[in-house]
Parts: sequence; C-alpha cells; structure tokens
Amino acid sequence: MTEKLHAYVEKLKANNAEWVNDVSEGHGEVTVVVPTDSIVDVCKFLKGNHGFDMLADLCGADRGPEEDPRFEVNYHLFGTKHHHRLRLKVLVSEDDAHVPTVSNLWNTANWHERETYDLVGVVFDGHPDLRRILLPSDFDGHALRKDYPLRGYEPYSLN
Amino acid sequence: MVTVAEKIRQTDVIDQPLESEMTLSMGPQHPSTHGVLRLDLRLDGELVIGCIPDIGYLHTGMEKLFEYKKYQQGIVITDRMDYLNPLGNNLAYVMAAEKLLDLEIPERAQVIRVLFCELQRIASHMVWLGTHALDIGAMSVFFYCFRQREKILNLIEAASGGRMTPSYFRIGGLMMDLPAGFERRCNQFMADFPEAMNTFETLVTGNTIWQSRTKGIGVISGEDAINWGLTGPCLRGSGVDLDLRRDNPYTGYEKYDFNVCVEHDGDVWARFRVRMRECYESYKICRQALDRLKPGPTKADAPKVVLPDRDDMRKHMDSLIHHFLIVAEGFNVPPGEVYMPIEASKGELGVYMKSNGGPKPERVHFRGPSFVNLSALPVMCDGEMVADVVAIIGSLDIVLGEIDR
Repeated sequence: MTEKLHAYVEKLKANNAEWVNDVSEGHGEVTVVVPTDSIVDVCKFLKGNHGFDMLADLCGADRGPEEDPRFEVNYHLFGTKHHHRLRLKVLVSEDDAHVPTVSNLWNTANWHERETYDLVGVVFDGHPDLRRILLPSDFDGHALRKDYPLRGYEPYSLN
Repeated sequence: MVTVAEKIRQTDVIDQPLESEMTLSMGPQHPSTHGVLRLDLRLDGELVIGCIPDIGYLHTGMEKLFEYKKYQQGIVITDRMDYLNPLGNNLAYVMAAEKLLDLEIPERAQVIRVLFCELQRIASHMVWLGTHALDIGAMSVFFYCFRQREKILNLIEAASGGRMTPSYFRIGGLMMDLPAGFERRCNQFMADFPEAMNTFETLVTGNTIWQSRTKGIGVISGEDAINWGLTGPCLRGSGVDLDLRRDNPYTGYEKYDFNVCVEHDGDVWARFRVRMRECYESYKICRQALDRLKPGPTKADAPKVVLPDRDDMRKHMDSLIHHFLIVAEGFNVPPGEVYMPIEASKGELGVYMKSNGGPKPERVHFRGPSFVNLSALPVMCDGEMVADVVAIIGSLDIVLGEIDR
C-alpha cells in the first residue's frame, strides 16, 4: 500500500525537487513535509494530476512554546476514485504564523481553516472569511495552544 | 426538474418583492435546527438569497480536554460528540490508538464491534427519520422511529450498561463480553425490524406530500459535493459511489456482503432514499455478524494496555501490578501520528491522533462529518424557500455536539 503512496511522492519530487522537504512513513501512512510557500502548488498538482480530489481533513497542532517551528498544519488528502490517502504537513514558526489558503481549491477548506485559525492561531492568507468559528468573536487567545491553560482566563474562566 | 423556487418565480407570486432584503436570524433555539445552530438568512420575500451558519454554541473544548486525559479516559469524551452515534465515535478513537500501538484485535471483538456499529447506525438513522419527518410536518413517524431506537438502546444497555454513553469499545478490545442471552434478544429485535421498515415506507415514502416537499429541493451535484467535502449519505445521494466500509475497510468489514446505496438526484429525496436503503444494508450486516459470532477472547493479548480480568487479578500478582499501572499511570503509546477514518452514520469520521510517547495524547483532532456537511448548507439553500431550509437541514442529519465539539 505504501509503495503506491511513495510513487506520488516521487512524482512530486520529479516535478519540483523543492516541493518535498521531508518524507516519513508510519502505520501505513505517508507524510510529506512541504515548504509553506508551495503548499498551494503541491495541492493543485496532486488534485489536478493525481486524483486527490477531496480534502478529507485539515487540522493544526501546537508542538509547544519551546519548539521551533512551533505549529504544524496537516492536510489529509483523499482520492474518491483510487481511495488513497496522503498527508501533507506544513511547519509554521510562531513569529510568522502565516500559511497560504487552499480554500480556492477545495471549498471544504474554508471551515477547517477557520477552525485552525480560531483554536491554534495560524493565519491563512487569502482566506475569504477568516473569522473565529467555534469560540466567540471577542475571545482572547487561542485555546488549543499548549501554553493556554485548560480552564482558561477570566472572564471565560470556569472558576 | 423544475424546482419549487423556480415555479414560484414563474407564477408572479413575488412579482413585487420587498423593497429591501430582510435578514432573519433562525435559531439557536429553533427546534428544527437540531440543536443550537443559528442561521443568518438573507431573504427576498420567502426566497433565501444568503445563508450564513453560526456555530459554536455547544463548544466544550473537547480537543483540549483530550490532551489532559490518558488515552483510556478519552473514550468517555468521545461519547458526548455525536451523541446519536456514540459507538462509532468510540470505534474511531479506539482504532486510532490501536493503530499507534500496533495491536491485534481478536476476531470475536471485531465481529461484536461491527454488530454494534451497525445497530447504532440503524438507531441513528431512526432519529434522523423521526426528526426529519417531524420538521416537514409528519408527526406520527417520530413515535414509530423512537420505538425502534428504544429497542436498540436496550440492546446497547444490556451489553455496556449505558444507553447514550456506552464507552463499550476499549483500546485493545471491548469493555466486557456480551451478556448471557444477548443473541436471543438481538434476534428478537431483528425479527421485528423489517416490518417496522415497511411501516416507515408506507407512512413516508409513498406519501405525495412528502415527495413534493423533498424532490428537487437542496440540490448539490456530485462534483460540488466532493469539493465541499461531503461524505456519507449526503455524498452518495449526489451519485458518488464511495463508502469507507468498502473502500478503506476496517474492523473486518471486507468480509461482509453488503451493497453501497447510491442515488443520483442530489436532492433531499435522494439523501432520504440513501438512508432508508442503508437501514436494510445495516440489517443485512447485523445478520451476518450474528452468524459469525463464535466464542473466543474479546481483549487483545497486551497486558500492559488492556485491563486484566477481575478473576486473574485475584490469582496472579502480575495482573494486579498491570491493573494498578494502567489505572494509576496509564500506558505509554509510541511516538507517531495517525489518521483513522471510519464510515460513521453521517459520513467520514476521521481521528487525527499524535503521540509523543507519553500516556496522554499530544493532539487529538476529530474530523466530524456533521461539521463538514453543514458547511455546504449555504450552497444547498441558495434560491430555496425558508420552509425548505428546514427540510435541507433535516436531510443533512447534523448533530451539533459533533460540530462544536
């Protein structure tokens, strides 16, 4: 199964060697680390030429305040014809937490990116409507960051 | 096909629309929004020209909570997400952890998982049908549907002790084996169910009012559906032949014989037909699972992860030590990240789980099918009537507990 996924990675490399920073494999899944600037091009290439027509999921994660780059954004691509899944990963530093949006390619990315912005605090450049989605619009901070306390701050604190 | 909205445009009913557009805030306490969903509708007369869903009223920070709980404690949280399909949530979460741990699940546990997931799918579809019909105005269907759901909840209660919050699937297997006499009770339900389905078909499917309220409403094409990330019955209602039980099989679904139900119209009626046909397919899978039920262990052979049997703890020192360690400190999961998608009753339920080697996950993200399906609501509502918005929300089968998490 993973040979087929590695074939996609080879095609990415053949098309533009700078698109692939790192490749890792585990539990039958392949992760490709992509430079932030080229994520839209990589998605366009995989969607247009290799049948990854659905963005199954997009989620952000915080590795902790001491890590650099601190944030990562995961794109789980899925092909409705060949049923393969590929994970693209973008690493984002805290000082410049900006990623180009893929909502022009997949409409479904709209809400996923809003959620990631809301909870992790990664800004998606070019997003048509980047507002908070789950938390109230006057909420301060980003709740899924590791340095945000579980019970929050006043006035949204639980105490 | 001429939609109702087009018909009205043609018949000059609104030849003199309001001078300005009207904004209508629908919800969050509106009963037909299935929870606390608010819609900002922009209206021209009765036609919807804009729709902005506003969610987050039920946000409880579950993804944050996972990071502070041990792996086995997280199962309890998943029950509260999609509260109409808790066993599906349990399964996705548990299988993500099992994938990280590389656990082998015994055959009997897998068969029971399939059996319960399909029973739960029927129960979830029963709530969908009841509330969907209630929204459209057919009240009695609700009571017939909940009678069937009640029987399934009783079965789940018999096995796990919980009706809405079973937490029956555990990392490495099941909480416990089925109680004595379960198969008999299950067969009893199975014997009555086809007749109940006949009742629904006669009550709803052949009803002309029902048909005119659902046909040609909320149309979305297959291409758009994929672009919007729709999954499950909503995607299959638009003619895309995709079911993860068949295409990315898990828990041994590849061994079962069932059809993937596809309809091509992409409207409320098509999504209704897909779910009704799915109930029969789930019924078929349940029958096969009951036939496959052979005695055997229900927990994986992994003493450091799976809680030992009560009896072993009284006799063996090491079992007692393992039990203490799992409960007090949890078990360490090797570093790594996985994405585990399953076909829940509403679509693709994906769990992204990342471990850094400790007893608590570093990140757990749920890709809820309701969340993604709801995001496509504005396209489906465009140009429809206000009353049809209610029908479209019903056909999406959303659960706000999963959307807001």
